[in-house]
Amino acid sequence: MLNKYPLWKNLLIVLALIFACLYAAPNLYPPDAAIQVTPARSGAEMSEAVLTKVRSALQERNIEFFGEEVTGSTALFRLTSNENQLPAKDAVQRLLGDEFIVALNLAPTTPDWLLNMGAGPMTLGLDLSGGVHFLMEVDMDDYVKSKIANYREEFRNRLREEQLKYRRIQIEDHKLRISFVDAEVRAQANSFISRTYPEFLQENEDKGEYADVVLAITEAKIKEFEDYAIKQNLTTLRNRVNELGVAEPLVQRQGRNRIVVELPGVQDTAEAKKILGKAANLEFRLEAEPGASRFQTEEYAFRNEQFRTARLEKAIIATGDSVTNAQPSFDENGFPQVNIDLDAKGGAMMTQVTRKAVKRRMAVLFVERKPKTTYELVDGVEMPKTIQIVEKSIISLATIQSTLGNSFRITGLESAEASELALLLRAGALAAPMYFVEERTVGPSLGKENIEMGINSVVLGLALVLVLMAVYYRLFGLVANVALLANIVILIALMSMIGATLTLPGIAGIVLTVGMAVDANVLIFARIREELGNGRSPQQAIHEGYNRAFITIFDANLTTLIVAVILFAVGTGPVKGFAVTLSFGIITSMFTAIVLTRAIINWIYGGRRIETLSIGGQS
Amino acid sequence: MIGATNFNFMRLRHAASILSIILIVISIGSIAVRGLNLGLDFTGGTLLEVQYETPESIERISTALENAGYRDVTVQHFGAETDVLVRMSEAFRDNLGAEVLNVLQTQSADNKLTLMRSEFVGAQVGEELRDQGGLALLLALFVVMIYVAARFQFKFSVGAVVALFHDVIIIIGLFSLFQWEFDLTVMAALLAVIGYSLNDTIVVADHIRENFRMLRRGDSEEVINYSINQTLGRTIMTSLTTALVLFALMIVGGDLIHNFAVALMIGVVVGTYSSVFVASSLLLMMKISREDLMPPEVEEVDDRP
Repeated sequence: MLNKYPLWKNLLIVLALIFACLYAAPNLYPPDAAIQVTPARSGAEMSEAVLTKVRSALQERNIEFFGEEVTGSTALFRLTSNENQLPAKDAVQRLLGDEFIVALNLAPTTPDWLLNMGAGPMTLGLDLSGGVHFLMEVDMDDYVKSKIANYREEFRNRLREEQLKYRRIQIEDHKLRISFVDAEVRAQANSFISRTYPEFLQENEDKGEYADVVLAITEAKIKEFEDYAIKQNLTTLRNRVNELGVAEPLVQRQGRNRIVVELPGVQDTAEAKKILGKAANLEFRLEAEPGASRFQTEEYAFRNEQFRTARLEKAIIATGDSVTNAQPSFDENGFPQVNIDLDAKGGAMMTQVTRKAVKRRMAVLFVERKPKTTYELVDGVEMPKTIQIVEKSIISLATIQSTLGNSFRITGLESAEASELALLLRAGALAAPMYFVEERTVGPSLGKENIEMGINSVVLGLALVLVLMAVYYRLFGLVANVALLANIVILIALMSMIGATLTLPGIAGIVLTVGMAVDANVLIFARIREELGNGRSPQQAIHEGYNRAFITIFDANLTTLIVAVILFAVGTGPVKGFAVTLSFGIITSMFTAIVLTRAIINWIYGGRRIETLSIGGQS
Repeated sequence: MIGATNFNFMRLRHAASILSIILIVISIGSIAVRGLNLGLDFTGGTLLEVQYETPESIERISTALENAGYRDVTVQHFGAETDVLVRMSEAFRDNLGAEVLNVLQTQSADNKLTLMRSEFVGAQVGEELRDQGGLALLLALFVVMIYVAARFQFKFSVGAVVALFHDVIIIIGLFSLFQWEFDLTVMAALLAVIGYSLNDTIVVADHIRENFRMLRRGDSEEVINYSINQTLGRTIMTSLTTALVLFALMIVGGDLIHNFAVALMIGVVVGTYSSVFVASSLLLMMKISREDLMPPEVEEVDDRP
């Protein structure tokens, strides 16, 4: 029969709508302001004693709280008032000390039966929740250079061991030039290198009196370095972010050499940057022997004692990325010390070097990178130029008591010194240096304002469109309006389900969807009117109208979808949010504007004799 | 009633072409001479939004910051009189926000200041975003052209893409002419306009194709005219609903997405105009004919002995 949907189709539509309502529902429950308490050291337990302390701290300040939750080692206290969040955090932090990290959090209030279904509210982007966004760039060039320098030291040792006589090894950008005494030795070296170091491409050159070989590192190996460095830095950053105690941080690779860090709820950027951007690296080097050549040594100042300096060898034994752990502790006599663990490669180098250097002193050099802005005249205009300056200072100079291996300790420190040194050593566990290239902070009040403005524009835009549609298309307009509302619910449900992030431009995307989603209905209704004008019966007009408009709707929406996908692929941050809501909005609107309206129209008009349609525009 | 119009659009096409050409010349001229007022996303630099409890004069704020040694400072109101946006080319340092706030607080001692947001974008990142945005625009146009060529016909895709270029150039031109800030959200709006305007063009094209196949009489001009009139009701209705929601965004959406809404609003107006006049009159100019759109027929071969 014309214009009748089978029962199963109607049931399916109803089912889809019920699902959408359920999964969109969690967004109706506003989250509670809360504070979150976690032990500073991983693996530690949350004890009843600590909970009691927190309770008493809150009670002492007359801060009302409820709904205490302990999951794993984390405890969550919900507060009745948003204004109490900061004072509560301060009070609890002061009482618990550095052993625990107290963070601000927003605890969801979604009822359990919804949570059990896997439903939850949408994640809010930083522009709506307030917080800090950092983009950090990993200095790959520098990293590769340091790797090349490592290789040079390695070649010095290996070639000597293999008794391949060379005159010198020079670094040329990302290449190494080894000069051998004659072509015969070089030929032996060629085969040795291709056997042991397949990551190098060799090219022989005869310049002057020596037989040279130029070693270029392969692209594949550089890519491998990069991936390793990013991975290592991501891990380190995650650890540091954990130190900050942020509820739901995001640390993610972006593109080839960048890392995004988003910290919702964080306001103190200075503190966050201090911890994230220690931008430090370490070098372990031997102190120069008296009378060593000035070309092989460098002089550095101490970090904590301004006027004290020491002369160190240029050769680096190990760098910060070899440090796997560093912890302050006490030796058997109760004196503070720092235990250091190195990875296999660093440990091997350490053994090799220190074997011949017992009773000499080894320095730990702290390398910091800071941006510095200078001004340059370009075409008569002063242009700012940011450069990275490198500062190196000695944080420890200790006598080597015996051959060192993977694990060793530095003793003879003050207690405070030991913990600072351990902290610095761990901070050095970045594989490659990083610097900030982008930073955005959104205050919490601005976030709230943005949400309000977003909701207002959705409501206003929606109201205007609903009125226009009802006036212009009468009953059919009302049906389209039902579809439009359903579309928003489904869109929100879909975004909540896949855990998409809602941003301000994202809300703008929803608003735009409201305006554009009715297009499908407008097209259908225009067709129906046209068919009626051509003298078809109302039932036939409905049938033909839907059928003939479909292909147009499909074409038009598909092209918009293509554009939205491109936008998603190249866009960043909030703009991506716009692309997400726009594309989902288009897809869901196809369902509501075509299938849902048809079901309702069928239900109203289908399967009976009718003379007229309430679609407006007829005389 | 709108549905029953019979307006001769194609007679106006020469006048419309002249209007379009003038608009495009002005746009390109303005982009070349005045350039664009690029937002922080694209230029790099530092931006701070500060809220005062009671309004403070822009000049006083500028002077205070210049005296404090900051370079290339621009200060403007943002939304409300109490909200101030400070932009400078200074690279970000730890505590720069606190420093600036301190300078401003000292100057207006009896006012209460709050730092609403701070943004820093490295020059390198800005340049990349600029390139990426431009690339996305070109990519979108290219993909769309291929899609339309495959679904309709090559002449349609030329018409559609020229219309899109027309829309995009005029929007950028207006942003340049009035020196409105062109930031990432505006770039996103441009892409959305491409989607929207194309939507319109395709609906018209769809009807043109259908009518070429169904109406066996009438020349190309008549068929196109008829199709435009047929779709006019829908075109106006959809433009109206979209314009309404954009209007809502413009008045209550806040300043962060104001320019986004403005760009889209221009896009809706220009896009509607261009799908009627630019895309369709280009079809006439390229001498679209019934043969271009007829489904390929199977030739009857007389193989009887």
